[in-house]
Amino acid sequence: MIRNMTCIVCPMGCTLEVTLDENGKFVSVAGNTCKRGEVYANNECTNPVRTLTSSVRCDNGEMLSVKTSEAVPKEKLFECMEEINKIIAKTPVTAGDCILKNICNTNVDVIATRSI
Amino acid sequence: MINKDLVIIGGGPAGMSAAIAAYESGISDILIIERDSHLGGILQQCIHNGFGLHKFKEELTGPEYAYKLECKVNELNIPHILDTMVLEVSPEKVVTATNEKDGIFKIQAKAVILAMGCRERSKGALNIAGERPAGIYSAGTAQKFVNMKGYLPGKKVVILGSGDIGLIMARRMTLEGAKVEAVCELMPYSGGLARNIEQCLNDFNIPLKLSHTVVEIEGKERVTGVKIAKVDENRCPIPETIEYIPCDTLLLSVGLIPENELSKDAGVALSRITSGAVVDQNRQTSVEGIFACGNVLHVHDLADFVSDEAEIAGIAAAEYIRGNISNETEINLKTDGKVRYTVPQKITAYTDTTVYFRVSDVFRNVKVVVKNGDKVLFEKKKQKVAPGEMETVKITKDMLENVNELKIGLEVL
Repeated sequence: MIRNMTCIVCPMGCTLEVTLDENGKFVSVAGNTCKRGEVYANNECTNPVRTLTSSVRCDNGEMLSVKTSEAVPKEKLFECMEEINKIIAKTPVTAGDCILKNICNTNVDVIATRSI
Repeated sequence: MINKDLVIIGGGPAGMSAAIAAYESGISDILIIERDSHLGGILQQCIHNGFGLHKFKEELTGPEYAYKLECKVNELNIPHILDTMVLEVSPEKVVTATNEKDGIFKIQAKAVILAMGCRERSKGALNIAGERPAGIYSAGTAQKFVNMKGYLPGKKVVILGSGDIGLIMARRMTLEGAKVEAVCELMPYSGGLARNIEQCLNDFNIPLKLSHTVVEIEGKERVTGVKIAKVDENRCPIPETIEYIPCDTLLLSVGLIPENELSKDAGVALSRITSGAVVDQNRQTSVEGIFACGNVLHVHDLADFVSDEAEIAGIAAAEYIRGNISNETEINLKTDGKVRYTVPQKITAYTDTTVYFRVSDVFRNVKVVVKNGDKVLFEKKKQKVAPGEMETVKITKDMLENVNELKIGLEVL
């Protein structure tokens, strides 16, 4: 089986043609121009993940931009958003500070992307 | 009057990158003037990831990219003033600025770098029929509301224009609980990056309606819906295809315009195509000692490319201040229409130059060709080129011998 997709690893956006076996398992990929594209294609067919970015309210009323320290499973994005929207971050904050540990049991933290 | 070697107008990625490059080239008497209350410019509201892969070899969000530059500016002690608006730049490089504390003041600069960025095209430019209710925002305004202020501008959204900001906002509004009904794009292709169509629309099953536009906005106090229609090959709406989409919000992502009011006052010649200055390989404008870089020069896809360009301008401004820049030649770079514009538009020294260009349409299987008259000096094949993605071609020193004009074009294979 062939699955077509666009690589989202970098702004080049390579068009990938992924070959899957009869069980839907990753076999090979064509169209990528770098090694990361192959990793992406494999992930995308087994466990698609995305880096989630958002912003949270701080105790001083300002908004703080945050991101997940690593990509989280795509199907958990909305669940993670619910958790992120409950956060009230304590100031002062430095970019890189952990704001919430292990969001939705993903082993991924939410970290600040700016300082306030 | 205050005297400065180099005044940089704008403290976004272009201004900061230019300042760092100029400083590292040996000029330390610099002043960055920023109108907002923090450095970083529009990057502060671009909280999504995807920045920095070229420049810093890691994936960063907009604020993180800005923070890296800001840390460097602070580490080098490059002077900058915030909350300060530049009112005028004269051809003699006198910069007039104002802020709450100092009132109106003038600075005589030896060189000026214009790094004011761009602004969004607004609804007024679109001639959409209907009422003028609340609920119509440019995508960047909505981005500021959601990311910087914590407000959701609406719950049922239609987006007109598929530029990157529109795509990013489709995802952002969806994640915050809004329903994005459709993204309409007048052209038969998207102006955004392919990866953004994938991760911002396809991930959330948001339909991208190519060759579609909004023909009417309904609602008296607040938007209640929009009428959209398919357009023919002349981009005229086809009446039989009109459909009504109920919604409370319309976001516009219909292009960016370099913000060149100050440049005009300074007598800088502007290109009708880019709406930015006409520059040489040093990013020097038609006014000697005034340089331009970043989105004020032409709209970029990536902040990384903005930084690259700003470094060229920063280094060149430092050389200019030391009296090391002279025009050895003037070679104009012409385009064939398929290539819509180039930056720079001219080359004034016998040196290797990377020329950035944008194409006018989507073309597949093409050759990028550099010609002197009928003589082909360089060609390279490309599988696909699109208006949304900036391309480059390298002009080497030896192509410039005995030439006064080069033509950069596309040949479809």
